[in-house]
Amino acid sequence: MKHVISWVDKRFPLTEFVKKELTEYPTPRNLSFWWNFGSLAGIVLVLQIITGIFLAMHYSPVASLAFDSVEHIMREVNYGWLIRFMHSTGASAFFLMIFIHMARTLYYGSYRAPRELMWWTGQGLLLLLMATAFMGYLLPWGQMSYWGAQVITSLFGAVPFLGDELVIWLRGDFTVGNATLTRFFSLHYLIPFIIVGAVVIHLVALHSVRSSNPSGINLADKNNIPFHPYFTIKDIFGVSVFFAVYSYFVFFQPNLLIEADNYIPANPMQTPAHIVPEWYFLPFYAILRAIPDLVGGVIAMGVSVMIFAAMPYLDRSKIPGGARYRPFYRVMFYLFMIDVLILGYVGAHPPEGFLVILGQGATFFYFGSFALLPFLSKWEEAWLRKKGLPAEVEALLASEQVQQLDRRHSREDRRKNSTETSGDDGNE
Amino acid sequence: MKDDDNPPIDEDRRDFILNTATSVVAGAGIATACWPFISSMNPSADVLSKATSEASLKGLKPGEVKTVAWQGKPVFILRRTKKQITSMETSDGGKDPQADSERVQNPDWLIVVGLCTHLGCVPSRKKDGWFCPCHGSVYDNSGRILTGPAPRNLDLPPYEFVSSDKIIIGKA
Repeated sequence: MKHVISWVDKRFPLTEFVKKELTEYPTPRNLSFWWNFGSLAGIVLVLQIITGIFLAMHYSPVASLAFDSVEHIMREVNYGWLIRFMHSTGASAFFLMIFIHMARTLYYGSYRAPRELMWWTGQGLLLLLMATAFMGYLLPWGQMSYWGAQVITSLFGAVPFLGDELVIWLRGDFTVGNATLTRFFSLHYLIPFIIVGAVVIHLVALHSVRSSNPSGINLADKNNIPFHPYFTIKDIFGVSVFFAVYSYFVFFQPNLLIEADNYIPANPMQTPAHIVPEWYFLPFYAILRAIPDLVGGVIAMGVSVMIFAAMPYLDRSKIPGGARYRPFYRVMFYLFMIDVLILGYVGAHPPEGFLVILGQGATFFYFGSFALLPFLSKWEEAWLRKKGLPAEVEALLASEQVQQLDRRHSREDRRKNSTETSGDDGNE
Repeated sequence: MKDDDNPPIDEDRRDFILNTATSVVAGAGIATACWPFISSMNPSADVLSKATSEASLKGLKPGEVKTVAWQGKPVFILRRTKKQITSMETSDGGKDPQADSERVQNPDWLIVVGLCTHLGCVPSRKKDGWFCPCHGSVYDNSGRILTGPAPRNLDLPPYEFVSSDKIIIGKA
């Protein structure tokens, strides 16, 4: 074995890579369990790809066969029911892990410098995940599948001038039809592998800036410990807990999150009396409905997903650490979480009476909290400074200011140098 | 050897021309090569061949609705009662005002595409028109939007009467 490894090491940096990025990778020793959800999302991704590949062996992506082939998987394929319920439950688990992962990032301020690229690649991953989930939901070809796809593809009709043509192009038909199903199947199979690629980029960025930690400041070297065995064991513990909960839903509540109407085959002539998206889209769906105008609603929904990318700029406070050390931000964080839950509740119910007002109020608060953040973070910083920061934090802020000044000077120096050198080039 | 009569070569200009020319030609080539793939996603010939459908109006009593498929979309055929016709002719609808006479060829028959102009759900029949279950748009017996998020009246398919009790949808 030693010989084989040394043979490989001469040709490929195997041992070096494993040591640097895994076994000896320095990790903050104070990470809490909230830091488990990234690796859990990775596990669910693998789970979804494996179960998906096996489902595709038995599934027929043809409008006349799709619904029956899912029932075939459920009733006739050996363990087909298990693989399908693992896949459908896995989709919900994936979103739950990602939402917790995002909430942790927001609470602890992990999106702040130097981790902006982590946050933005994560935002891209969220969009890819949403696209994959949406396309996968059409495949069982039930009533909810069909009308969900019909409504969401119609959203593209809000694009000026080209809207109608774009919708027909996306569907390959005048309504959602066989052509739509086959292309959604193709893309539902493709995008997860793009997600794997994007995860690699996310991890390369992570290993360049290193993990954030609950204190919100970069720890001294002595406060970092090797990833293995300390965090491999912690991640394995997290995975065990995850699988216990996941198995409960797979074996005892597999239909909890599947709408009963989706066991009725798709019927293009009849919309179900009450259509709802999957739970993970409910808050965004509530925002779409809150605006009584097609184009406005579509824009609001798009912005509600993408606005997270602006967080590194909206948060202007220099106080290190996340919500833990920032009382105003902490209150806003919890209010925002409650607001998202309210939006989810509104999205799940028919838009009638009080719920319309509630949905509009919650939508206003959703965007309002992002709009308020730049001012709130400034006031908070001023208030905290007035109240008096611990000497260590003052020292840290001062040293950062010095560093920034240094950086500015060195930038100016470089600019001066480069103009001089380019002047030299001209003479050659 | 140096030729003093020639002006000095402007490297920047040369690079700019070369880079621009290369990217324009390569870009045009890539765009052209993409076209077959983009076009393949548009409706295929067999989908387009569903462009017209025939519908019989026989057996429909005043006040009754029938749904037929045209291009895979539902089309509502409503045989209107005298009362419905008068009430529709005296109103202009709501959000998207339009005279009833512009929406029918024969006032007895209202023929509209049965997809909500908001996000494409099929509205369900109510006493005085249609109601969309998805986001609550309400249409009258002329298919005109009264309230709700839908921006337009229900679309009118092109159609013609081939006889008094038969129409061809998709052909005007």
